[in-house]
Amino acid sequence: MIKFTKVFKAYPKGGLALKDATFHIAKGEFAFLTGHSGAGKSTILKLIYAEERATEGEVRVSGFNLADLPPRQVPYLRRRLGIVFQDFRLLEDRTAEENVGFALQVTGARRAGIEARVMRVLTQVGLAAKAPAYPRELSGGEQQRVAIARALVNEPTVLLADEPTGNLDERATRGVFQLLRDINASGTAVVMATHDLDLVRQAPYRVIELQDGALVYDSSVDEPRGEQAAP
Amino acid sequence: MNFVMREAMLTFRRAPLLSALSVTTIAFSLFVVGLFALVAVNVQRALSQVAERAEVVAYVLPGTPIETITHALKDIEAFPEVTTASYVSEDSALARARRELVELQGPLRELERNPLPASIEVTLKPADRDADHVGAVADRIRDFSFVDDVRYGRDWIEKLDKLRSVLAAVGLAVGIAFAAVAVIIIGATIRMTVLQRGREISIMRLVGATDWFVRFPFLLQGIIKGAAGGLLAVGLSYAAYLVSNRWLMMRTEFFNPEQAAAIVAGGMIIGLFGSWISVGRQLRKV
Repeated sequence: MIKFTKVFKAYPKGGLALKDATFHIAKGEFAFLTGHSGAGKSTILKLIYAEERATEGEVRVSGFNLADLPPRQVPYLRRRLGIVFQDFRLLEDRTAEENVGFALQVTGARRAGIEARVMRVLTQVGLAAKAPAYPRELSGGEQQRVAIARALVNEPTVLLADEPTGNLDERATRGVFQLLRDINASGTAVVMATHDLDLVRQAPYRVIELQDGALVYDSSVDEPRGEQAAP
Repeated sequence: MNFVMREAMLTFRRAPLLSALSVTTIAFSLFVVGLFALVAVNVQRALSQVAERAEVVAYVLPGTPIETITHALKDIEAFPEVTTASYVSEDSALARARRELVELQGPLRELERNPLPASIEVTLKPADRDADHVGAVADRIRDFSFVDDVRYGRDWIEKLDKLRSVLAAVGLAVGIAFAAVAVIIIGATIRMTVLQRGREISIMRLVGATDWFVRFPFLLQGIIKGAAGGLLAVGLSYAAYLVSNRWLMMRTEFFNPEQAAAIVAGGMIIGLFGSWISVGRQLRKV
């Protein structure tokens, strides 16, 4: 599903953001990416959705070899992924329903089916009643649910979440996390970057820990560690 | 398609001033071209009317025997440029003058002696009615010994010819200058719009919109602005045409539908070109 083999990523001015990363995330798996800010979590996610290209090494996602993926193929890769960010990235001048529908419209989906599909995912994230609301009329947790609905509406095989609970209070965090777990339970792989260790401890999922761009711990390979080991 | 169209129209609402500016600049560039074209069309028309009358008239020396003239008529009709050559005697010249110059009927009737010379009137084939051919025919006719003088509208033809080329050149040059300004302004509008909608564009890309899908509304926007500018230019040209007809008492002609359509198409091409060269560069920055 997602396979990194000896991946390096150097930014022109920022030095090495990722050093020799090798890991494999299987279909339907739930994996946390943890580590301090700047450890390389976001870089891994960006490499997965081809926002950045690896300087060295091989990245394979859903059958695409990203090293030689022509730019015009990137949209087709992204249609197989759902992406969620800390800052939600919703369009302020569109309702929840329109924000979700937007993801279908831009992929050229037929108009006839859009409304039904949008309502189905909004129901799935528990926001059917808020469909006509604008982002400013929604709480942070609700906005993140809209963003998750938008990520889900194209029925991705992988959901990438970059600090999805970073802007949320504890209650909203629990809700959003539970939603991600439910999504995973229905078969979608989830890769979630977070530095919220409480969340990480709550669930028996795989943990990949990064430090200064290097992969320092992978719970699927390494011995289990005590709670104090994770930063 | 509906979505793309809506996205394209959104800019008119979000940046109305810049949009209006692009449309106006395109309109002016095409209006200038159109205005010069309009004058050129009318000069062309006048020219062909003058050209139709561009017969060469050879005045015959008095006392030339009619046989000589008949013989010469055959020779002249054999010229490749000539359609007809006909003899107008002194008497028929006077009769015609009496008929056509109504104001002078009195004085003409009182004439004791016919002052009008006999002449040979030569008409040319339509393709040979330009200054060069008319001049060549006139020179050859002048060589006949019985010919006193040869007249034709050479000056007129040459002046109109020159005017037409000058107008076409000036119109084209000014039009191109305006079109360049229009392209720059459209480019600036696109840049502003892309910056303004940077967030939206990045989200579109994130959810898997192709480059073409992102680009198309901008191109469509350029085409729409160009078409609006073109229509405006046709409208302005029509106003200029009305003004010249009503107040300047000139009987001019307006563009035919094909020419008007060409102006609108020109606008669409300017609009498309302006957005095309800007959108790719700007989108890379988002």
